[in-house]
Amino acid sequence: MDFSLSKEHEMARTLFRDFAETEVKPLAQEVDETEEFPRGTVAKMNKLGFMGIPVGKEYGGQGCDTLTYAMCVEELSRVCGTTGVIVSAHTSLCAEPIKKFGTEEQKQKYLVPLAKGEKLGAFGLTEPGAGTDAAGQQTKAILDGDEYVLNGSKIFITNGKEADIYIIFAMTDKSKGTKGISAFIVEKGTKGFTFGTKEKKMGIRGSATYELIFVDCRIPKENLLGAIGKGFGIAMTTLDGGRIGIASQALGLAQGALDSTIAYVKERKQFGRSISKFQNTQFEIADMATKVEAARLLVYKAAMAKDTQKKFSLEAAMAKLYAAEVAMEVTTKAVQLHGGYGYTREYDVERMMRDAKITEIYEGTSEVQKMVIAGSVL
Amino acid sequence: MKIVVCIKQVPDTNEVKLDPVTGTLIRDGVPSIINPDDKAGLEAALALKDQLGATVSVITMGPMQADAVLREAMAMGADDAYLVTDRAFGGADTLATSTTLAAALKKINYDLIIAGRQAIDGDTAQVGPQIAEHLNIPNVSYAEDIKVEGNTVIVKRQYEDRYHTVKVQMPCLVTALGEMNTPRYMTPGGIFDAYRSKEVTIFTRADLDVEDSTIGLKGSPTKVAQSFPKSVKAAGVKVTMDSEDAADYIVEKLKEKFVF
Repeated sequence: MDFSLSKEHEMARTLFRDFAETEVKPLAQEVDETEEFPRGTVAKMNKLGFMGIPVGKEYGGQGCDTLTYAMCVEELSRVCGTTGVIVSAHTSLCAEPIKKFGTEEQKQKYLVPLAKGEKLGAFGLTEPGAGTDAAGQQTKAILDGDEYVLNGSKIFITNGKEADIYIIFAMTDKSKGTKGISAFIVEKGTKGFTFGTKEKKMGIRGSATYELIFVDCRIPKENLLGAIGKGFGIAMTTLDGGRIGIASQALGLAQGALDSTIAYVKERKQFGRSISKFQNTQFEIADMATKVEAARLLVYKAAMAKDTQKKFSLEAAMAKLYAAEVAMEVTTKAVQLHGGYGYTREYDVERMMRDAKITEIYEGTSEVQKMVIAGSVL
Repeated sequence: MKIVVCIKQVPDTNEVKLDPVTGTLIRDGVPSIINPDDKAGLEAALALKDQLGATVSVITMGPMQADAVLREAMAMGADDAYLVTDRAFGGADTLATSTTLAAALKKINYDLIIAGRQAIDGDTAQVGPQIAEHLNIPNVSYAEDIKVEGNTVIVKRQYEDRYHTVKVQMPCLVTALGEMNTPRYMTPGGIFDAYRSKEVTIFTRADLDVEDSTIGLKGSPTKVAQSFPKSVKAAGVKVTMDSEDAADYIVEKLKEKFVF
C-alpha cells in the first residue's frame, strides 16, 4: 500500500499552494470583513481550469481525478475558507450531478460552460422546513404542457445569486413521498426566479448565501435532470460527493490553522523563551498535527474511493465527520495557543475558527454523517 | 514557427543558506525551481505560441531529477521536452555546458531559441550567448520584450539607462530578463498531460556529436575556486556640497585611502 502521492499530484499541490498563497491569501481578511464575493479570484480560477478539475476534457474540464480536486479545495481553504467552498459547491453540487445524471444535451448546454469556468453553479435543496429532514420538500414543480412550473423557496444556498446554473429539487408528486421529488436545472434570469435574503454569517462570510424564490417560474421540460421522481436519490448521491469537498475544506482550514500556530509559537516569547519550548505547547501541537494527518488520510481515501468504487458513501461520511471535528478542534486550539492576539483580527486564526464551524453543519450535519456510518456498519 | 527554450533547474535561492564553513550552498532539503529568467523566457515563448501558433519545446541539461522542471514547463503549455543527461556531462562550466546544449540543439529543429539571461545559482549570464556562438546564429541578450513578425524577431534590448530595439532574422537566440513578464500558472489538466501524455526525450553522451575533451569536467577551462557571502558594507559617509568643494573632498579622501 503506497501512501505517497504521485508526481502529478505533488505538482498539482504546488500549483494550488502557489496560487492560494499569491492570489487568495492577501485578500482573505478583506473578503471576510467586507463579506464580498471574491469575483476577481473566481475569474482567475476560471481561467486556470480550477472550476472543472474532475470533469473530462470532452466536456471542457481538466480531465483530472477527484483527489486532485480535493487537494485544490484543501489548499484554497488553507488560506481562505470562503474561496474553498465556492469551488466545492460549484464542482461537487452542480457540475457533478449534471455529469452523472444529465442527458448529452444537458451536458453540452450546462456542464461544458460550468467546467470551463464560464458559468458558476449552485445546488438548491434546503428549505425553511427541510434541512436535515431533506425529504420534507415544499417547493413544487407541476408539468404544464412543455414546461414545469416551479413554486417555493430555498434557503442557505451557497453561491446564491452569483451562480448562473442551479440544481433545484422540487416535489412533482406529493403522494409518493421521497419518490415524488425530482431534480431540475434552472438558470438565473428565468422569469419567476428571484433572490431573497443574503444571510449574514458567522464564517465563510465572503461566500454568497442566499434565499432562492420561485413564483410561477417556468422552465423547459428538457431541464428535468434524471428521471422523474428520482430527485431524492440524485440529491443524496450528489451530497456524498459534496461531502468530500467539504471534508477537504475542513482539512485545509485545520492545516492552515496548524501552520499559522507553529509559526506563531516559535516567535512568541514569554518567561524568557519561545513558547514552543514549553511542553504543553509541544503536546498540543503534536495532538493537532496527528489529527490533521489522520483527517488527511480519510479525505484522500474518500476521494480515491469515489473514482474507483461504485459506492463511497461510508468513506465520504467518515471523512467529513472526522475532518470537520478536527477543523473545529484545531482552529479553536490555534486561537488558544495564540493567546490574546489570537482573538484579534490581526491574526487569521479567529477567522479560521469561525469558518470551521459550518463544516460540521452543511452538506449533512455531523449527526447525519453518523447516521450514514452507522447505517453502513451495523 | 518552432521555439526551443533552454531552462535550468536551480535551488530556490530565497530558501537556500550558505554553509558557514565551506561557503557553498546547502542544497539539501531546498526546493528546486525553474530558474526565474528561464521561466520568463518560457512565458515569452508560450505567449508567442498563443499569438502565432508556434510549437514550444523545452530543453535542459542536468541530472535525472531535472525531469521535474521539464514537466512543469509542459504543464504550463510547452509541447515537448528534452533532457540532456549523462555522468559524462557532470562538472561542466559554462563553456562545456553550452557545447553540450548546442550539440543537442543541432539535433532539434528551431527557428528561435530563448534562454534566460542568467541562472540564480551560477550568475554568469554566459551560456545563452555561448550557445549562439556554437550554433553560429545571432544572439540578442537582455530582452525586455520579444515580438515576431514573419521571419523577424524584434527585441527590446535593455541597457542601464536606455533600450535598443533590435531586429534579427531567424534562426537566432534571445536571452530573456526575469522581469519581462509574469509567468503563467500551470493548469491541473496541464500537469496531468505533462506526466501522462507528453514526451520527454533523453539525450545521453552517445546521442551527441561532441568530443569528450569539450564536455563535462574535462571540457571546463574554468573552475569555481571558492564561493563566499558578500561582506556587508556599512552605510558609509554621506556629504552634500557644491561640485568644486565636492571634487576637493573626493581627492582628499582618495589620498587618505592611499589610492593616490
